[in-house]
Amino acid sequence: MADHAVAVEHVAHQFDDAEQQKLAAELGMWIFLATEVMFFGGMILAYTAYRYLNPTAFAYGSRQLNVVIGGINTGVLLLSSFTVAVSVHAARHGQRRLLVAALVATIVLGLVFLGFKAVEWRHHYHEGLVPGVRFTYQGPDAAGVALFYWLYFALTGVHAVHLTIGIGVMAVIATLGVRGRFSPAYYNPVEIAGLYWHFVDVVWIFLLPLLYLIGRHAP
Amino acid sequence: MRVPGVYVVVLVALLGLTALTILASSADLGPFSAPVAFTIATTKALLVMLFFMHLKDSPGILWLAAVGGFFWLGILIVLTMSDIATRGVLPIPGK
Repeated sequence: MADHAVAVEHVAHQFDDAEQQKLAAELGMWIFLATEVMFFGGMILAYTAYRYLNPTAFAYGSRQLNVVIGGINTGVLLLSSFTVAVSVHAARHGQRRLLVAALVATIVLGLVFLGFKAVEWRHHYHEGLVPGVRFTYQGPDAAGVALFYWLYFALTGVHAVHLTIGIGVMAVIATLGVRGRFSPAYYNPVEIAGLYWHFVDVVWIFLLPLLYLIGRHAP
Repeated sequence: MRVPGVYVVVLVALLGLTALTILASSADLGPFSAPVAFTIATTKALLVMLFFMHLKDSPGILWLAAVGGFFWLGILIVLTMSDIATRGVLPIPGK
């Protein structure tokens, strides 16, 4: 880079310019997210097929979930997507304090979501609705209800793992932001970390109807 | 410390749609309850992707990756369900 008279800071040698570098970073993240759609897709397919085969058991399982907590958590996650969008905007315009404040708010909202989730999981344990650990439901369709809860814990568990990773990533981005590593000319890490966070939000947008809402008015 | 107005509008729309879908799920919509829930969820996902993820102002190659993920998810679910949901519809000759 040093032998280039007009070397631009932050542009790696394999890229023509900053714009191409940014597009490459974004494309890489979008392709990764497409593979993540497939990753969750396997579980969503299993859910779709088994719900088709066990409609009443899945409706029963769904009705045991607390829709108030599910709804609040959806709001918390949507709000966190908003703060992430604000952080990217702040990075693009060189507003360091707003960038860090928005990222800290995002981390706090992510932790609130996980807190509510932990309260729910604890409740399922006491209700005896955790297949393989403590499952005491004996009513009709017990096998179908167990299947619903297997998929519920797989989907919400893998989602929570993604959110935990997202919180860690945002903590790193916030630290780099405090150190002044981003500028309007270079904020690609903020942008692609934001894409990941929004994806985790989009997954939850579909989990809300799949898990919480689908059985509320079924027979 | 100014925040773009469009983000605020999108956030309000997302929260409103969440309230709407929870409200709709407690009403008796018969066979329409699942389609209504998934139409609202898809609308919310599109709002997040177009505005928060900036797809609206992104070049076509990013759209390709975004649409590709959902297209293949569609193949996965539609083709599998076309098997599972139609078993026993036709008799098997000789059986």
